[in-house]
Amino acid sequence: MTDLFFYLFATLTLGCAFGVVFSKNPVNAAMFLIMTFLGMASLFVLLEAYFLAVIQILVYAGAVVVLFLFIIMLLDVKEENKHRVKPLTWVASLIGFALLILGVVAITSSDNIKATSESLPEAAGASLKNFGYELFTTYQLPMQVTGFLLLIAMIGVIVLSKKVKTDS
Amino acid sequence: MAIVVKRKPLTFLEKLYIPEIVRGLTVTFRRMFFGETVTLEYPEQRPPIPAGYRGVPTLVRDPEGREKCVSCQLCEFVCPPKAIRITPGEIPEDSDYAHVEKAPKEFDIDMLRCIYCGMCQEVCPEEAIWLQNQYSMSGYTRAEMVNNKAKLYELGGTLPDDHFKWNKKKEAAKNGGGHGHAMPPADMPRSENPEVPPVFPK
Amino acid sequence: MELTDIAIKSIYAIVVVSVLMGFCSYAVLAERKISSWIQGRVGPNRTTLPIIGSIPYVGRFLTRLGVFQPAADGLKFLFKEDVTPAHVNKLYFTLAPVLSLVPALTTVVVVPFGYFENAAGEVVNLVLADLNVAILFLFAISSLGVYGVVLAGWASNSKYPFLGGIRASAQMISYELAMGISVLPVFMWLNAPGTDGTLSLVDVVNAQGGALWNAMWMPGSFLIFVVCIFAETNRLPFDMAESETELVSGFHTEYSSFKFGLFFVGEYAHMLVGSAVVAVLFLGGWHPLPFMTWADFGVHGWLAGVLSVGTMIGKLCGFMFFFMWIRWTLPRFRYDQVMRIGWQMLLPLSIANLIVYTFVIYFLERP
Repeated sequence: MTDLFFYLFATLTLGCAFGVVFSKNPVNAAMFLIMTFLGMASLFVLLEAYFLAVIQILVYAGAVVVLFLFIIMLLDVKEENKHRVKPLTWVASLIGFALLILGVVAITSSDNIKATSESLPEAAGASLKNFGYELFTTYQLPMQVTGFLLLIAMIGVIVLSKKVKTDS
Repeated sequence: MAIVVKRKPLTFLEKLYIPEIVRGLTVTFRRMFFGETVTLEYPEQRPPIPAGYRGVPTLVRDPEGREKCVSCQLCEFVCPPKAIRITPGEIPEDSDYAHVEKAPKEFDIDMLRCIYCGMCQEVCPEEAIWLQNQYSMSGYTRAEMVNNKAKLYELGGTLPDDHFKWNKKKEAAKNGGGHGHAMPPADMPRSENPEVPPVFPK
Repeated sequence: MELTDIAIKSIYAIVVVSVLMGFCSYAVLAERKISSWIQGRVGPNRTTLPIIGSIPYVGRFLTRLGVFQPAADGLKFLFKEDVTPAHVNKLYFTLAPVLSLVPALTTVVVVPFGYFENAAGEVVNLVLADLNVAILFLFAISSLGVYGVVLAGWASNSKYPFLGGIRASAQMISYELAMGISVLPVFMWLNAPGTDGTLSLVDVVNAQGGALWNAMWMPGSFLIFVVCIFAETNRLPFDMAESETELVSGFHTEYSSFKFGLFFVGEYAHMLVGSAVVAVLFLGGWHPLPFMTWADFGVHGWLAGVLSVGTMIGKLCGFMFFFMWIRWTLPRFRYDQVMRIGWQMLLPLSIANLIVYTFVIYFLERP
């Protein structure tokens, strides 16, 4: 049963991810993105990481894509605006794809993957308490740094977008 | 000159907004449970119609049952949206009112065109067409919305009349007075007579 | 999971959704009646049914109350002509009403509405799924509801719906933040040190049994949460997406008949779930009085089930009444005011509230 659901949601996620990349209409792409996030959330549910699943929907599907849609609507992007893919983009994406394949191969060929589920430690994102605990102990520094980076980004946007009054 | 009303500065409580919301809520709460219903439940309850109301144009008879319209077609001419159509007809020789000579054979008012301006009533020399207190006209077809003569008399009914002008004319003609100039008091200028407000049996 | 389990769950879900839809249709009636009472009118009082309507006194009373009106309204939505304008994006135009209704119906899954004691004396909670992360699930799914509005605005391909959609998206994001932060004190209080972490709504209700209700000692959270619920359900005074005085009728200008009906029902379903969440989080759920539970009144077994569900429904209806009362009292905010309230007032207030209650809870729990 779980396997069946896994294949279903994995197909959904991948299919919709391809949809995001290949759809010409930005609104279609955004809708595919939502479906991708929902598929990922379902995969998290299958892994019994309910917290992550819900956060995935809450943050990405519920807030980030709404902002995407907001921007797409305001910019009024036309479907016809095809732009030619630069050769550099091709090279970069090929390298990225190769690295991804390499990573997958590396993980599947290592010994960790063969370990049974009993011997695995409980995932940090599986339960709320673990998640909070890990976030405020082991991963305290990365969290603070991330927060700081986001703050800098936000201030940067404000500085860039604010018109400076010049006395003339 | 424009009047400038100075806006009072808000007090602290008003700036907090919540107390003002509560005040508004108490007002609506009182309206909700202790307020009176101010609307009428229309088909059963009807609003009182003030005197001089201009409703659907109708044709009226005088107290003797004579149709007052003499089909002079003034209303047809004056009607701005051309809602009125009159086919004049003769009054038969053997009638008491043969000397009136004319009466409408057909009289149609298209209520889909009528704009209730009241010019027909104003122009009518015989006070035969009146905009009365009827205000609700409805029908399923266009044909239904055209009031024919029978319908117009049914709607109009009878209005009091203190001239009986045609009787006086007949009288005068009998006494050799021609067109009524022989008897001044009977043919007083209309403006000296008080307007008779329409009183309707309905 | 057995097949029979799935069947039973499905039946429960269908029952709950049908009850919710029934409540929706009568909420529409209540809205119409309350608006007319406030405005000195009578409200729907004509629709009647052949047999029930002719019972002396009772039939007339029910007719005057408009009890049969929802049936007529529903039929009207079904049988009116469904116009799809030529200039719309057909796919999203059709999808949008569904997208606005489905999240509202999905969130009801985690809302608990009562309990009963079975023969063995165990307490069984009446909830479709008692998730550990219920409140997050609720926020997550209800935040998806905005897509219905945004897509409707975009797919209609005309000015006013478009403005409505844009307003809705900005407003939703603004108020979600304050809403999320305002409920944090409740869960901080719930998750005392040493207990397993829980965000379950059932636990919130149980924690309020035999104690003060959360609204009483966290009025700040309560107030902010209620304001945000108004904004999230797009109700007046925050119905930016609709604002019929400026945007014709906003995002659903181009909709007619059944599709419009779905939006309409979706709005009321959102309101109902919102009211239920307020009742659960802040108004003590199915507990009849502060410091008192039904068990304290000596009520057990099936009777407790009936009474607890009744209490919950009572609170829900009370809050629905509040929704409507507010709607017909307050004028609509201007769009910039909505944004200012969201970002410059509610967000700082909710953070301040969080800090204050962090200290309060710290000192309360330090024995």
